[in-house]
Amino acid sequence: MRQCAPDAGPPYAHGIVPSVGIPYDLFMTHPPVSAPAPSDRPPGLGLTIGLFVTCLVDMFRPSVGFAAVKLLEDAGCRVVVPDTQTCCGQPAYNSGDRGDARKVAARVIAAFEGFDHVVVPSGSCGGMIAHHFPALFDDDPDMQCRAEAVAGKTHELMSFLVDVLDVRRVAARYEGSVTYHDSCSGLRELGVKAQPRALLASVDGLKLVEMANPEVCCGFGGTFCVKYPDISNAMLIDKTAAIGATGATTLLAGDLGCLMNMAGKLQRDGKAVRVRHTAEVLAGMGDIAAIGEPETP
Amino acid sequence: MQSTAHAFKDNVEHALVDGNLQQSLALLKVGFSERRRQAVERLPEFEALRDRARDIKNHALAHLDFYLEAFETKVTAHGGHVHWAPTAADARGIILDICREAGARTVTKSKSMIAEEIALNEHLEANGIEPVETDLGEYIIQLRREPPSHIIAPAVHLTKDQVADTFLEHHRKLGFDKRLTERSDLVAEARQVLRRRFQEADVGITGANFLVAETGSSMLVTNEGNADLGNTLPRVHIVIASIEKVIPTLEDAATLLRVLARSATGQESSSYTTFNTGPKRPGDPDGPAQYHVVLLDNGRSGVLGTQMQDMLRCIRCGACMNHCPVYGAIGGHAYGWVYPGPIGAVLTPQLIGVEEAGNLPNASTFCGRCESVCPVRIPLPKLMRHWREREFERHLTPASIRQGLALWAFLARRPALYRRLTGIANRTLALFGRAAGRYAWLPLAGGWTRYRDFPAPQRGGTFHAQWRARGGARR
Repeated sequence: MRQCAPDAGPPYAHGIVPSVGIPYDLFMTHPPVSAPAPSDRPPGLGLTIGLFVTCLVDMFRPSVGFAAVKLLEDAGCRVVVPDTQTCCGQPAYNSGDRGDARKVAARVIAAFEGFDHVVVPSGSCGGMIAHHFPALFDDDPDMQCRAEAVAGKTHELMSFLVDVLDVRRVAARYEGSVTYHDSCSGLRELGVKAQPRALLASVDGLKLVEMANPEVCCGFGGTFCVKYPDISNAMLIDKTAAIGATGATTLLAGDLGCLMNMAGKLQRDGKAVRVRHTAEVLAGMGDIAAIGEPETP
Repeated sequence: MQSTAHAFKDNVEHALVDGNLQQSLALLKVGFSERRRQAVERLPEFEALRDRARDIKNHALAHLDFYLEAFETKVTAHGGHVHWAPTAADARGIILDICREAGARTVTKSKSMIAEEIALNEHLEANGIEPVETDLGEYIIQLRREPPSHIIAPAVHLTKDQVADTFLEHHRKLGFDKRLTERSDLVAEARQVLRRRFQEADVGITGANFLVAETGSSMLVTNEGNADLGNTLPRVHIVIASIEKVIPTLEDAATLLRVLARSATGQESSSYTTFNTGPKRPGDPDGPAQYHVVLLDNGRSGVLGTQMQDMLRCIRCGACMNHCPVYGAIGGHAYGWVYPGPIGAVLTPQLIGVEEAGNLPNASTFCGRCESVCPVRIPLPKLMRHWREREFERHLTPASIRQGLALWAFLARRPALYRRLTGIANRTLALFGRAAGRYAWLPLAGGWTRYRDFPAPQRGGTFHAQWRARGGARR
């Protein structure tokens, strides 16, 4: 049986240990009845996060990356963006090219193994690292240990904020009704479902209207959408119909690939729905031009 | 049946413009999944049952030889006969011989995917024996000379009007000359026609949902009771089943039944659950004089012990296709052979070759909805990915995709070069797309822009360029 060296756990670099509550008052005649007041200390203080930007965010929508940085920094984290990162390897992995997927994955592992956590503003790329990387190294125990170590500390952004840092609310405002699409990998590989909704519920002015079948795929599927464009389009027609039926003026999701797919279709059909990444709205960046919309100079 | 899996893309094109099919699929997409959801909600231990069901099948597969021989021993002890069929041709031959021995002119059949897999009807017809399908859906498509489009709802691709036309065309000669419009009337007419066929059949052929090693029973569920007439009225009953259907005990059958119907149709249990254990015994009021079980391998034993073994857990509930957005878009016939949907995408390349069926495991977004509802937790996307790997290894992946991947992989491992090229692409796309915010057409992106606009990048450069410019931490 293969043994990986135990993970040392996150180093509390500044000597700060998690709060253990208020000291018990010896002079009180009754035990305290109310819960300890929540600490004002930001939950991410002392944590250094490696941000995996994703190739689509890097190329098409840097604002998603900056929104992620803001949300993480607001929670007290220090954010580092290693410049040796490129892509997570999914295009090769899902095309059956295991060899190239391994080579790219090995680079990601090397770039990110030194951080307390790795955070990804995408369930798809996050799922690739957290869920699929270890399986790529079935025949290489050393690499598999390293892959497992990185996989174990890699999180999709919403899941990291809520599940790991216990962030309950954000200071943001967004006027209007929004509907939220559950991107497949985040939902089914990483359990991202309640977290974005919980954070969106704290945004002033925002009203969430659920679409029918928010968990059904939008038809993107990476290379699928260009290898089988007709099937992809049929799936997209169902999805945009469900979006349209909500009457919401904004569509949100946590994966740029799905967002570009849905935005492209809504715009081709002349539907006036603005499409944004959830992180942008949570970071108070809901006023920038939506995906596929012209930017005012 | 003759495979058209190689022509998958053409099949898809036809399916997407078939108005009747699309009308039927619109109902299927919401109906089955909603009923399953409600059934699961009513059973708090459902997820634990899925684990148990998976474990039972894994155990049976790990000791398949033992349980198959135990099953055979029990069947023989009850006076039945077990026939081992390594290939589809062997199974067809064995069944034809039994039918000839019985002097059969007509046989009634209850729904069996294995019979489809071995093309049994065609073989019987070619040898002068008339097979009569008795499951309503199978009966309809037999009249229309079509293959099933779904493993539990074979005629799900048809509308009520199409069925009405088919019945009028074929039943007129039997004296039914009124075109019916009510579902209940269509069912009643089929019952009248089929009742006579049941009575005159010499042999009844059924499939099996499970084979119980402990008792030598074959177990079958239906909602129409047709299998029960088919296995009690004729003199000879033949069960055709593949080897991975065997499970250890009746207790296991009970567990699997609890997930089967809920996953398939959202029912607590199917209307009829029948255990057949040998021929009629002295003193039994009815039952067949002869009882045969034909066990088909057809390549399955070769899957044991490989990375594909999980596919053999399948209990044929159809939940994967009911929840598959690709199946929901194109229906079952587009897959081109017997088994459609996600399970078809992993089973078909195994049974008829990945050269023929290579498109099937590729035509998936890996959305994972199939795996999330599978009652025996088959990792269907993982198995589809394994097929893609085998295609890639054998150079069956199209050259354009291989070249694109090679270029991408080259760049993805050279961050500096990658940054320079993505920077150029980003600036170019942003420059020309800025005014509109998107592209209606882009060179080399026809697959995308045929149906959707392509969003232009935000101005200001790539994320990494901006991060570097503002002095963000990079290590």
